[in-house]
Amino acid sequence: MSGRAQMNIVIVGHVDHGKSTVIGRLLADTGSLPQGKLEAVRESCRRNSKPFEYAFLLDALKDEQAQGITIDMARCFFKTAARDYIIIDAPGHIEFLKNMITGASRAESALLVIDADEGIKENSKRHGQMVSMLGVKQVTVLANKMDLVDFSEEVFEKLKADYTAFLAQIKVTPVSFIPVSAREGDNIASLSERMPWYRGFTVLEQLDQFISDKELQEKPFRFPVQDIYKFTRSNDDRRIVAGTVAAGTVRVGDEVLFLPSGKQSTIQSVESFNTAQKQQASAGEASGFTLATQIYVRPGELMVKPNEPLPEVGSRFRVNIFWVGRAPMIRNKEYKLKLGSARATVKLAEICNTLDASDLTSSKCKQQIDCRDVGECILETSRPIAFDTTAASETTGRFVIVDNYEIAGGGVVVENLSSGETLLQKHIKDREHNWEAGLVRAEQRAEANCHRAKFIVFTGVPGTGKRAVAKALEQGLFDNSMNAYYLGVANIDRGLDADLGSQTDRAGERLRRIGELARILTDAGLIFITTIDDADDYDIETLKVLNEPNDILVVNMGENGFSRYQPDLQIPVGGAVAQAVSLVAGLLKTKEIISDYQI
Amino acid sequence: MDHLDKLESQSVYILREAYREFKSLCMLWSIGKDSTVMLWLARKAFFGHVPIPLVHIDTHYKIPEMIEYRDRFALEWNLNMIYGQNTEALAEKLTFPDGNTDRMTCCKYLKSEALKHTLSGEWPRYRMEHELRQYVVDEGRAPYTGVIVGVRADEEGSRSKERYFSPRDKDNVWDVGDQPPEFWNQFKTDFAPGTHVRIHPLLDWTEQNIWEYIEREKIPVVSLYFNQGRGIRYRSLGCYPCTNPVTSDARTVSEIIEELKSGKFSNIAERSGRAQDSEDGGLETLRRDGYM
Repeated sequence: MSGRAQMNIVIVGHVDHGKSTVIGRLLADTGSLPQGKLEAVRESCRRNSKPFEYAFLLDALKDEQAQGITIDMARCFFKTAARDYIIIDAPGHIEFLKNMITGASRAESALLVIDADEGIKENSKRHGQMVSMLGVKQVTVLANKMDLVDFSEEVFEKLKADYTAFLAQIKVTPVSFIPVSAREGDNIASLSERMPWYRGFTVLEQLDQFISDKELQEKPFRFPVQDIYKFTRSNDDRRIVAGTVAAGTVRVGDEVLFLPSGKQSTIQSVESFNTAQKQQASAGEASGFTLATQIYVRPGELMVKPNEPLPEVGSRFRVNIFWVGRAPMIRNKEYKLKLGSARATVKLAEICNTLDASDLTSSKCKQQIDCRDVGECILETSRPIAFDTTAASETTGRFVIVDNYEIAGGGVVVENLSSGETLLQKHIKDREHNWEAGLVRAEQRAEANCHRAKFIVFTGVPGTGKRAVAKALEQGLFDNSMNAYYLGVANIDRGLDADLGSQTDRAGERLRRIGELARILTDAGLIFITTIDDADDYDIETLKVLNEPNDILVVNMGENGFSRYQPDLQIPVGGAVAQAVSLVAGLLKTKEIISDYQI
Repeated sequence: MDHLDKLESQSVYILREAYREFKSLCMLWSIGKDSTVMLWLARKAFFGHVPIPLVHIDTHYKIPEMIEYRDRFALEWNLNMIYGQNTEALAEKLTFPDGNTDRMTCCKYLKSEALKHTLSGEWPRYRMEHELRQYVVDEGRAPYTGVIVGVRADEEGSRSKERYFSPRDKDNVWDVGDQPPEFWNQFKTDFAPGTHVRIHPLLDWTEQNIWEYIEREKIPVVSLYFNQGRGIRYRSLGCYPCTNPVTSDARTVSEIIEELKSGKFSNIAERSGRAQDSEDGGLETLRRDGYM
């Protein structure tokens, strides 16, 4: 019973070029229809005085039959001697481009149907472009309705030459061209008597010739961390890093690296339920691992092997993008990016060019990406993520963009541009350039206050007592006649951040506001103290940049959650509050923020 | 990886994605073979645990063996088992077996309505209290925002159009004509307040795959699926007044697979024993209104 191969294929093409008829034929000719289905459709046609068509077999839904077009993609199942197929019927009508992409993104190979009589149409080209961008490698073109052009070899060769030339522009080489009449059954399951000049594969033979994607196993190991499980309440102490292997293989004992955090460990076990003990996991497997050391990793990181070619890490990258959202994609708006298991806030930084996929005319001057545009642009995430360029590893180089709860676009990463100036740096430059200072200078304030301004952030996991220390520090500095202010983060939640609601990147925006607030309060000469739970390297780097040109001081309590950032002070959990305060005060003295501190 | 490994991996990925993104999540367990496979896949996804409540809509007309089976495995597998019921319609005998409604209306009352109000938390939920080994009224009344359902694309036409993650509006209505896109393995996991999402991990499975997997994993299923000597068995399970057994000699899982592959059922639709499908409008009308 085991081992029958399965392949997803998608059928695309312009509306009315006969995709559904091709599928109806494939189902009928391979004997894959339920008993009575063909007869029932024939009977329904007879009752309604309509000529029978194979396409009706697929029109399972009422409103679809009413309009005569495929609204959504439908899945059909059929099998040949070689393997099982799932055919995805993708709608050809332009209104339903997003459904076509949904179907095509799941396929390993594609049949692109072109009406030989009507010739190459807008969506013949658009779908060709999409299929290529979605990473479908094997495309066979069916020149359909050959019966309408008297099975003319000349018409077929002309169409083949024209469309091959088009595909060459987008660097696609089709596997083959097959002249067919889906309605009459020519060259679908058996070679047509009426086209003796064609002696290539039939459609069914061609399907069986397609090759299943095996090369993912050979690529460098990529494991997007989907979740971390610990079912302690069910008496299970395993801490399992769960996800699906996107590429490559990993074995027990292998060293692994998590990006972007940079943490490292070793695979201790491969976990599974109701199987023999596993020693390895390969591309395509939904798996889980325990690690040899206790490290804190988050869902969204990419687990790789440090001795293999590494993925990119960055927050600014060049992408090819397609847009299907009702509202256009615009600059200065926050979207949510989903790449692998990573989620990040993203903004459109620049539009390089947009392409009208039907005639491949490009425009370099558009200010937004409209529905059904394909474009090249630069995106910027609020914090770095790990990814591959699509040339290196497709599965970890694809992303979608969510706008207002809906997936509105998708694309592939072409180039990492993270060495360039980020939107945040640009913002700071711009802000500082236009900063309107009062007449009192920072040195005058420092002199009058007898201390310099500083932004002090306490970090660490919740429950380390950092708030108690932060408040005690404020009290201590105040008792020494200094201008210190402690801000409880909860106060911002209900005040300054009350407008954020359930916005996608609440955490990111909250951080930005704390940073901007710090810039103002340190400019006012204060020692500004606050706490942040679970901060990582990027949180601190962001605060540091936002607080510029003033300085930040980071005090970490308990376990150090940073991977590269070195906190200015490390305080163990459980010590006396007063002792922790004097450690911080000591550091402030060393750094010449304050001159004296009396307990 | 063979085809069952591939199907399993994709379903596990979907279940984990749902568990990650939805805070208030439940899984519908009809006790039938499909949702039992789905429950098994959850145990795969979460390494032997099922951290998601299982919801069963008890129409009161289920074949008694199904309820016995449900409660046995709820206890054995330590499941957070919940059931809901349209007690009002049952009390007023507004049912087809009582002769007061047609089949479609009965389905609407006992299934669609009961489901809708159990999910929203408006009607009481009964939860298995493991220590007492019996059901108690659950205090939890929060609406479920993610509902995992074991439908398969090959069952009938409207199900072949489903997405893995399929939004339903406030009234549970499914807008077939305007579904969200799913690119590669990225699904609709963001949803507006007041809406909920149906999650379909079994969409790509066929009836035969289900039985092959039951055989491979040795998953216990209700004995009603097998011929127990009378030459009949159930191919699809529902309420007894509306579900007819089929004549079949298949006594084991492998005999069922053989029957599906090359035997008498290789060309007959699975739900042919389900009477409500053949009434006017059929399953699609029911589904648009929130039926599974």
